Amino acid sequence: MRLGLILISAIFINNFVLSRFLGICPFLGVSKKVETAIGMSLAVTFVMGLASVISWMVQYYILIPLGIGYMQTIAFILVIAGLVQFVEMVIKKTSPTLYQALGVYLPLITTNCAVLGVAILNIQSNYNLIETLVHGIAGGLSFTLAIVLFAGVRERLELAPIPKSLEGFPIAMISASLFSIAFLGFSGLLSGLL
Amino acid sequence: MINNIIWPVIALGGIAVFFGIVLAYASKKFAVETDPRVTDVRNVLPGANCGGCGYAGCDALADAIVKGDAPITACPVGGEELIGKIAELMGVEADSNERQVARVICCGDNNNAKEKYEYQGIQDCKAAEMLAGGSKSCRYGCTGLGTCVRECPFDAIHVVNGVAVVDEEKCTACSKCIAACPKGIIELVPVSKKVRVLCKNLEKGKATMQACKVGCIACQKCVKACKFDAIKVENNVAKIDYSKCVNCMMCAEVCPTKTIYANFADRQKAFINEDKCIGCTICSKHCNFGAIEGELKGKHKVLDDKCVGCGQCAVKCPKDAIEIR
Repeated sequence: MRLGLILISAIFINNFVLSRFLGICPFLGVSKKVETAIGMSLAVTFVMGLASVISWMVQYYILIPLGIGYMQTIAFILVIAGLVQFVEMVIKKTSPTLYQALGVYLPLITTNCAVLGVAILNIQSNYNLIETLVHGIAGGLSFTLAIVLFAGVRERLELAPIPKSLEGFPIAMISASLFSIAFLGFSGLLSGLL
Repeated sequence: MINNIIWPVIALGGIAVFFGIVLAYASKKFAVETDPRVTDVRNVLPGANCGGCGYAGCDALADAIVKGDAPITACPVGGEELIGKIAELMGVEADSNERQVARVICCGDNNNAKEKYEYQGIQDCKAAEMLAGGSKSCRYGCTGLGTCVRECPFDAIHVVNGVAVVDEEKCTACSKCIAACPKGIIELVPVSKKVRVLCKNLEKGKATMQACKVGCIACQKCVKACKFDAIKVENNVAKIDYSKCVNCMMCAEVCPTKTIYANFADRQKAFINEDKCIGCTICSKHCNFGAIEGELKGKHKVLDDKCVGCGQCAVKCPKDAIEIR
């Protein structure tokens, strides 16, 4: 039950991109085509899930016992960077086709604030290990939803008659903000469910 | 106090060393065999990742060249110099390719081509193509909505007065526009061939004329005018065989509908080097246009107004005394 709530909340109500405004850089950068958006979101989901779990373990088994909770930020970044490199190597070896599809994006995800964000949020919300895993994956799924929808809209915008001064990036930002406002509509969902 | 420094250093250092070991181990265990030539070739490639070669970026092309899937001439941006470098790395002979450019085979612009209907849909050629082949009366003509313009990474094609035109200086023959054109009327031709038939209309003369003022009506005047057998009419449209064409531009002169385009200012002329000429008269005998005069054993001269720059005299001259420029 609680896991289901975490899932729904992360994907719709507190969408990582559209409500929490994390991970905007790849959101705007890799959303020109739907195929690349899907590739990117798969990679992000995978990394977010894995990073959440490992950073949770680092927090509770290394940082807290040694009383150095304030090193959280650096330690998490270290973990995420190492993890992404490791994942890239594994994917390159085990599945060359998958590597062709999303290998280019993996380094981009290292500095993605959504990944660090989800790791820190897990600690702040006092989740246990399972909840952390679910929250991490749900965060990835929320990124997926946002970027794939946005990519679809951007592809259509390419062919629409937009005023010259708004073409390209400006209209993308306006659309993104409209998306964000639209997702505000979900805010009453939880109180309705509970 | 010391505790505050020691523990973080140990902990973070420990995590870092742990990941370092994991990554080092992983890079050996999960090492993918790569040919060192791939890195070398990749380093000489321009690195723009434009996709002009047809592969997904310079990395993919380097892979393909070393594997043998792509020819060493695949990169259109690098030019002759790059081909030489890659040939050196791969240990093969570099054969120089004649530079090719794309050409749009249509001259039916807004002044010449008639429209079937007024199109107000998405400004994209592929979309217009779905509505009975576009708004032009001629099914084979350029829709002029610029899908090719959007595809071109080198800004080498533009829509001018309703028809796409390639800027031959900028074109690198990457073929993206050719793939994008839903009518399939863009072709790759050698850049040195200056004469072109700008029409692909396969319908009979009357139907063509009704659709467009400058369409090819297959009247065969060009075939009769060509002394080099380089132009043929097939399926009601003229086509130039570029292996035989010598740029004499006679077909363009006689074409009644002005479908064949040639910039007469580009026409070359023959020049006889008086010092080398021995008066053997071979050149004047081979000139199809009567543009060389001179007596036996005397110096020969080119008549500028008759010379069309076909270059036959230069080919035949035993003393290499004729220059075409």
